[in-house]
Amino acid sequence: MLEINAENFEAEVLQSDKPVLLDFWGTKCEPCKALMPAVEKLAEKYGDKIKFCKLNTAENRRLAISQKVLGLPTIAMYKDGEKVEELTQDKATPDNIEEMLKRYV
Amino acid sequence: MQDVYDIIAIGGGPAGLSAGLYGARSRAKTLILEKGKWGGQAATTEELENYPGSIEQPTGPEITARMKRQAEEFGAETRAETVTKLELDGKIKRVITDSAEYRAKTVIIATGAKPRLLGCPGELELRGKGVSYCATCDADFFTDLRVVVVGGGDSAIQEAIYLTKFAEKVTVIHRRDELRAAKSIQERAFANPKIDFIWDSVVTEIKGDGIVESVVVKNVKTNEIKEVQTDGVFMFVGYDPVSELVKGMVDMDEKGYIITDENMSTSIEGVFAAGDVRVKSLRQVVTAAADGAIAAVRAEHYISENF
Repeated sequence: MLEINAENFEAEVLQSDKPVLLDFWGTKCEPCKALMPAVEKLAEKYGDKIKFCKLNTAENRRLAISQKVLGLPTIAMYKDGEKVEELTQDKATPDNIEEMLKRYV
Repeated sequence: MQDVYDIIAIGGGPAGLSAGLYGARSRAKTLILEKGKWGGQAATTEELENYPGSIEQPTGPEITARMKRQAEEFGAETRAETVTKLELDGKIKRVITDSAEYRAKTVIIATGAKPRLLGCPGELELRGKGVSYCATCDADFFTDLRVVVVGGGDSAIQEAIYLTKFAEKVTVIHRRDELRAAKSIQERAFANPKIDFIWDSVVTEIKGDGIVESVVVKNVKTNEIKEVQTDGVFMFVGYDPVSELVKGMVDMDEKGYIITDENMSTSIEGVFAAGDVRVKSLRQVVTAAADGAIAAVRAEHYISENF
């Protein structure tokens, strides 16, 4: 999964040709770390149609807040330069994420 | 019956991991299943200062990671799978997950509890937008900002203290005029210049356009209503058991906590419950670990008598 930061967010996420899944996580967020392997598995399955990215909010706090993300884990979908859907905290389960992905393949 | 487990523990928090350790140590074929994060609620608590022996490395993630490693070192299997269905009636129990099916002589329900929702307008809409139930997950976002903490128990006050490492100001809103938290935690909170209190008050609404902007607070004694500007709302208003999986199967109290005897036996033979999901007077890591140990030992007794 591609690491996103303030420098490449615009180019890799907002200007992406493909829909983007962005995994907002944090170094102290245990649920995020537990969820990550499942997202990586989904990346193997859907990686040809959807670009999988992750953003460490501990290092990119302002960017996360600018995206109105103030809670972790948050898995967001971006399409045509806009955040179109997101799953947060309890709702961010592997099943729900896959369901969301299927709407963009 | 080679592929039949002696013990399957459902839940990878302190209760399930302790059951796994005790089971595996006595050479029972033991499997622990966890649907989300290993370590349960304890893994999202930074300070675990009341677990005996935890004074030098007292973080929840570290201690629970050690618990898992310890169970595995003695031979317990651990798998990250979600249990979707249980068949507990027969002598051999069936545990069906999202990716496999297992058989077991005994099952230990260690599914724990989860933070309770307050249930006020704005709470669900602003989850992940400033409303949080996990301080270690989200504290970073509120560096130099203002947050409120709702609740007055151990979790609420301990997490309020933790949040002062990040936030500029932490306001505790509690519905009574005194805290329920342990005295030593209270003393630290009262001495912390970043923490202030709004007593006898409840949050009736969380407001914000896309992200949290304020909470509406009502004084339960005077009925006075005021709006408090804030950037974040951390909820610690209690817990609910995670017991939907066995609803209608084992006996529960009216809140959904599983009823056991002192041996952790439920109303079904060969099915035990351990940790926060059980009816008990103190829900702590230390009591969850103790429950897990008892459940595993009693499971072995049950196996030796019945198989």
